[in-house]
Amino acid sequence: MALSTSSNFAKPDDAFRAVVEAHRGLSDEQSADLDAALVLILANHIGDLDVLREAIALAQRRMIDASQQQQQQQQ
Amino acid sequence: MAQSGFQPKAQFGYRRHADQDRIVGNISQYPVVIVGAGPVGLSLAIDLAQRGQGVVLLDDADRIGEGSRAICFSKRSLEFWDRLGIGSRMVDKGVVWSVGRIFHGASQLYQFDLLPEQGHKRPAFINLQQFHAEAYLVDRVQELAGVDLRWRNKVIGLEQRNDRAILTIETPDGPYRIGANYVVACDGARSSLRQMAGAEFAGKVFEDQFLIADVRMTAEFPTERWFWFDPPFHAGRSALLHRQPDDIWRIDLQLNRYADPVIEKQPENVRPRIARMLGHDKFEFEWISLYKFQCRRMDKFIHGRVIFAGDAAHQVSPFGARGANSGLEDAENLAWKLDRVLRGISPGALLESYHLERSAAADENIRESTRSTDFMAPNSHQEARLRKAALSLAKETEFGKRMVNAGRLSVPTIYDSPLSTADRDAWRGGPRPGASMLDAPIAAPAGEPTYLTDAFIGCGTRFTLLAFGNGTAVDPPDGIGVIRVGGEGGFSDSTGLAAARYDAEPGSAYLLRPDGYVAARFRHPTRTALDAALARAAGNN
Repeated sequence: MALSTSSNFAKPDDAFRAVVEAHRGLSDEQSADLDAALVLILANHIGDLDVLREAIALAQRRMIDASQQQQQQQQ
Repeated sequence: MAQSGFQPKAQFGYRRHADQDRIVGNISQYPVVIVGAGPVGLSLAIDLAQRGQGVVLLDDADRIGEGSRAICFSKRSLEFWDRLGIGSRMVDKGVVWSVGRIFHGASQLYQFDLLPEQGHKRPAFINLQQFHAEAYLVDRVQELAGVDLRWRNKVIGLEQRNDRAILTIETPDGPYRIGANYVVACDGARSSLRQMAGAEFAGKVFEDQFLIADVRMTAEFPTERWFWFDPPFHAGRSALLHRQPDDIWRIDLQLNRYADPVIEKQPENVRPRIARMLGHDKFEFEWISLYKFQCRRMDKFIHGRVIFAGDAAHQVSPFGARGANSGLEDAENLAWKLDRVLRGISPGALLESYHLERSAAADENIRESTRSTDFMAPNSHQEARLRKAALSLAKETEFGKRMVNAGRLSVPTIYDSPLSTADRDAWRGGPRPGASMLDAPIAAPAGEPTYLTDAFIGCGTRFTLLAFGNGTAVDPPDGIGVIRVGGEGGFSDSTGLAAARYDAEPGSAYLLRPDGYVAARFRHPTRTALDAALARAAGNN
């Protein structure tokens, strides 16, 4: 596993807050634009395709989990 | 469109052949019959004829196709054509270029140089109308006794036997039949041989439509490839401008996927679009074409005794100049293998490496051109959003520029091939086994300047040992050429570029295949190692 999932920030709240604040006052469309640029910038900074793919897989797994939960709630 | 005044004489006569008088049961047999006299079929025929094979080349028309069609020919293709004796004619007529510029809106995003270094005989690319290239290839064919080119000979039937194929051919005088040990189908994207072989041709169809217009005008644009995303003159879509010889300019405009092709093709509807782009309407149309494209390939390039090459075997989108160039790479890959098999000095199984190497190349070309096409015509809102992000980041970051994809231009594929001998020595650079040879300036012992690619041709375009310096002399195996760089009686490498490009030290040696690809390389070759590498590369291991 090349993707680091342990906590890397001394103050994780600051990092989360920085992203949240970047979206303050934006429409959904503007937020999506901001995120798209942010993803490309961070992907390039990581500069490792294996890590990027693991990150994508982790994000996708979370979406699958969420949709399964939703289905269970509906049943 | 009316035929251009700039298109060379392109009409050829049908001539009845004695084969047409043969009776059933006594038909003529040939080692190789090539179907389709386009750039790929013609080049393959010339290569085989130069290797001493007799070739019958059939074409269903009696003229060179209209329109410029393929216009960008790569360095690799020019090096191949040098071996066929027509590289200089192509380059002399063509427009040489290596710089591309990418614009977004009204401003330039970045520029790139496809061949930023000196010391190569051939440029990164030339632009040349396909009809010029075909006319020169036909001229060359007519100099060679080994090619029997038959116009208005349309293959209408294919019968596969164990050791040959039988073709039924329709002519103005009615049908006749011939047999061939091997048939090579170079009959284009709508290959009728492919249908006759019952082969699948699966892949992705793109819905976006593109308008190609060749216009004649005198203009002072530099000789560069210019590509626009969302230009002011064609909002929301892409545009491409390329110079061709004879004051002809290729303009490629992306249209929407619902545009009506019949209406869009009318010159009176194309004219205002082009005038908006150029800022004037002092131009004449040479050719207009509207197309959608497809990225697809055959599952197997060899079906019994029929071998497929060029667009018949694989199709890509045009962004990247990977169509004609990859077809020419097919031809050079196949010619020497077919020649050896027909001579009985390599087993028929050698041909399987043609399929392996060139289908992998087709996959690479399809992958690259699909990515370019998807970037130009995003499939979803989110794809469009990511593209927008890349384009906006490209204004101020280097990585953003590199992510913008306006076509990745054709470079030779590196083969992961059973014909290659894996490196056992340490190399810091140089073309690895499976890669195409690199050019470099050298001088003959008497002093006249030349190039490595020319020295390779001078050796007979066969298996060749490229040996550096006064290393331990090793007797090369029989029948292979030798290019010695450095040392007594060798070519000199006064710029040091040959040694640098091959990461060579005294004693280093590269074994080149007859298509100029690296089969093996050694820091200090032994005769045993060379023999083994040669046997492997010839399919004889």
